[in-house]
Amino acid sequence: MSSYSKPDMTSRVQNILPKIVLSPSLFLILIFVYGFILFSAALSFTDSRILPSYDFVGFSNYIKLFGLRHWSIALTNLFIFGALYIVICTCIGLSLAIFLDQKIRGEGFLRPIYLYPMALSFIVTGTAWKWFLDPGIGLEHTMHQLGWESFEFNWIKDRNMAIYTVVIAAVWQTSGFVMSMFLAGLRGIDNQLLKAAQIDGASNFNLYRRIIIPQLRPAFLSAFVILSHLAIKSYDLIVALTNGGPGRATEVPSTFMYSYTFARNQMGIGASSAVIMLLTIASVIVPYLYAELKENKNG
Amino acid sequence: MAFLDIKNVSKSYEKLTVLHDINIAVEEGEFLVLVGPSGCGKSTLLNMIAGLEEITSGSMTIKGQEMNGVHPSKRNIAMVFQSYALYPNMTVADNIAFGLEMHGVPKAERLKAVQDVSGMLQIEPLLDRKPSQLSGGQRQRVAMGRALVRNPDVFLFDEPLSNLDAKLRVDMRTEIKKLHQDLGSTIVYVTHDQIEAMTLSTRIAVMNGGHIQQLGTPKEIYDNPANIFVASFMGSPSMNIFPAIIREIESNLVGVEISIGAGAETKVLKFAPGTRINLQNFKDRKVLLGIRPEAITDPDGADKAAQIIELIDNTVEVTEPAGSDTYVISRLGGQEAVARMRADVIVTPGEKAVFALNMDRVVIFDPQTEERIN
Amino acid sequence: MASITQDTAINTGRITRALIYLFLFLFALYYLLPFGIMVLNSVKPLDEILSGNMVAFPDRWTIEPWLKAWSTAQVGIEPTGLAPYFWNSIKVVIPAVIISTLLGAFNGYILTKWRFKGDTILFGLMLFSCFIPFQIVLIPMARILGITGLAGSTSGLIFVHIVYGIGFTTLYFRNYYKAIPNELIMAAQIDGAGFFRIFYRIMLPVSGPIIVVCVIWQFTNIWNDFLFGASFTDFDSQPMTVALNNLVSSSTGVKEYNVHFAGAIIAALPTLLVYVLAGRYFVRGLMAGSVKG
Repeated sequence: MSSYSKPDMTSRVQNILPKIVLSPSLFLILIFVYGFILFSAALSFTDSRILPSYDFVGFSNYIKLFGLRHWSIALTNLFIFGALYIVICTCIGLSLAIFLDQKIRGEGFLRPIYLYPMALSFIVTGTAWKWFLDPGIGLEHTMHQLGWESFEFNWIKDRNMAIYTVVIAAVWQTSGFVMSMFLAGLRGIDNQLLKAAQIDGASNFNLYRRIIIPQLRPAFLSAFVILSHLAIKSYDLIVALTNGGPGRATEVPSTFMYSYTFARNQMGIGASSAVIMLLTIASVIVPYLYAELKENKNG
Repeated sequence: MAFLDIKNVSKSYEKLTVLHDINIAVEEGEFLVLVGPSGCGKSTLLNMIAGLEEITSGSMTIKGQEMNGVHPSKRNIAMVFQSYALYPNMTVADNIAFGLEMHGVPKAERLKAVQDVSGMLQIEPLLDRKPSQLSGGQRQRVAMGRALVRNPDVFLFDEPLSNLDAKLRVDMRTEIKKLHQDLGSTIVYVTHDQIEAMTLSTRIAVMNGGHIQQLGTPKEIYDNPANIFVASFMGSPSMNIFPAIIREIESNLVGVEISIGAGAETKVLKFAPGTRINLQNFKDRKVLLGIRPEAITDPDGADKAAQIIELIDNTVEVTEPAGSDTYVISRLGGQEAVARMRADVIVTPGEKAVFALNMDRVVIFDPQTEERIN
Repeated sequence: MASITQDTAINTGRITRALIYLFLFLFALYYLLPFGIMVLNSVKPLDEILSGNMVAFPDRWTIEPWLKAWSTAQVGIEPTGLAPYFWNSIKVVIPAVIISTLLGAFNGYILTKWRFKGDTILFGLMLFSCFIPFQIVLIPMARILGITGLAGSTSGLIFVHIVYGIGFTTLYFRNYYKAIPNELIMAAQIDGAGFFRIFYRIMLPVSGPIIVVCVIWQFTNIWNDFLFGASFTDFDSQPMTVALNNLVSSSTGVKEYNVHFAGAIIAALPTLLVYVLAGRYFVRGLMAGSVKG
């Protein structure tokens, strides 16, 4: 015990260097992520309007927020959009992955086609679909030109249906990516297991239902986490596709926050809507990260 | 002071203590093997010698110099890792020379050193290859080359052969031994393989649960195990250990009573003279009797030099011909006992055979403490 | 009929296979159509778009819309075309990608090979930053950029992208470096290499694949960003996506669809190009980052 001596110079330098190199990143993250979150959270309890103010008003912004019809539309839209987006992307992604995994000729050709939309900006996607869905010039117009006079597809102009056009475009953009996640999961399953199940007499349908799909649990989980946070964050696509319209029909929390903070100068309410968004995402992400990191801690 | 002196060294992580008060003095030119099951602390001890893990308490010196807190690169040691840890982006020559380069050795000298070492290990044709283009055995040689070129005070080996196939392992074992004999270097070598420990070492430290169970020459460890752990860990097939009762046959003649076969039949076997037992403590008490398979033979195969051979009629349960020998399994003390007989011995499962027990080689353990008592 | 091959565990009948091919083909169409038709219509004169149907090939091919989108189209108030904004994006993307990748590489290296107490929590904090809705940082960031004079400049945007890219780049490098055996680092330490030397002599030379992944990811994300670009830049410094949105949604005059399409394709070209050249690594990297255990 007594003979324990201090580390030499080299050891000390080598011990401290990693921490020094890590510290700028850590500083940036702590200030610009967590510091800013605290700042926004604080603003949400003040009567800030065009500029931050430090007069605290308790929960009144939140009370106002949840009293706004505008906000309840945004929440309802997010719920509809998020649920459909996650479910449809997962279904399409899983189906494509399963079918593509059947030793398909031309897989190398199809996969990039399914995937390329995710390389595009949402603004580009929005531009393409806005026009494609425009009844005056896009699909409906073309069908009429081709002789199908009764064809009607004017959802993008319809207050009740416009949110579904956002789903169509968003699914178009990300479902190929979900496909590739499931495909990676499928390729990771041990073929011997499948052979064993076949020897046991499992039909193809049962093979997937009982053996393969249950093993894709991690891929399902990752897809859910990624899609749900994309849904809550989605902003660009709505701006480019419908810009929240017609009217407020496709307003979501992210566009709500932006317009209340920067256009309507209601910073306090804008901040409180951002806090609600953060809490929603955190409720999905934090348990996931916790589980992942706990696993890693021992590794 | 010894060449490498480990004094009262302990290691703990927060509340968990993984090494308890380790004391080992390694002399120059010694080949010390640390052997034990996984999790016994042997690799941790090796990493502490290397300076890759801190010492919680105690002291370690190399050539009389305190090593606590000294950076690994300043200890003049070299290490061969289980995974070989060859730098994948560098050629074999660069791998070997990297340590010299880091220590500022001029290029010409480095080239010469690489030449010398690669000649010694017969890896000259590989010098321009990348590690991924080498076989397991070749990687092993390169890893040794990287250690040798440094000309260190102490070589550290961390299970260097465990990733090789069985035949290559035996070849490399011989080669490591030869290198040690030729160079006279000081080596600390970690393995979980007791045969490697026996064949390579000049001394063995058998470890378990963070304690050194026994430190001694291979012969001491094998013939005079300090406790049941050492006895059963060292040797393959491992030592037969079964319950028995100490009896005083007549004054100055002590024996041990064991049950034979599956039934109630018992027999008292005489100990060889010179077997010391504290009769006061153990007379008529239950003990554990240990006897190695090669000390149970057919009567003709028994050691002629033995002082006392006891013959037992017992039922053969299974025979396992192993080529050079035949292992014969019977039941002693209610447990399976392996006997090592000559290859051409004629015994039949289910029938009786005569077993010769070399009583000179018997060891006795206290069933409570598991320590040796004779 | 299904012949038994070595590796196919699942065999399907002829009709099932035909249906599968049909399904896959229809989806290929779904993914190709909107963008494909946009390409087709970007080389059509405007009157053909308005009068004809969108799947028809142009009667008269023209690159006029492309030239116009690039150099003369009205973006905001100036008839500058998208060109200056394209260069703005380039000016932002290149430094932001390089710096955030470098930081991620060091962070990943430290968090796997120089572990210390509490490092998992630090990593968790960095990782969570990938998922935050950026709305939560818009207000304070706008304030800080305003105070430091970086608002409305490409430098400010570069800084923002570096900060919010660190989480992802760290994640990629950490997962990649985790698979590199620690013994390699121990061997190098014994050989006398220090923290930086181990990084550039041993870690960096084997990091090729993950650098590719990280650069593609950061490039795509930063190039495609709209929210930060729209929030923190002015007319002179706005990136391509913001300019494109201005072009497309400007309400003055006739809607020149063909010019909009050409502009959208120009905006998409860099990321598409990167994707075509290195898409395979991209997907592989995303897998490494998200699907495991």
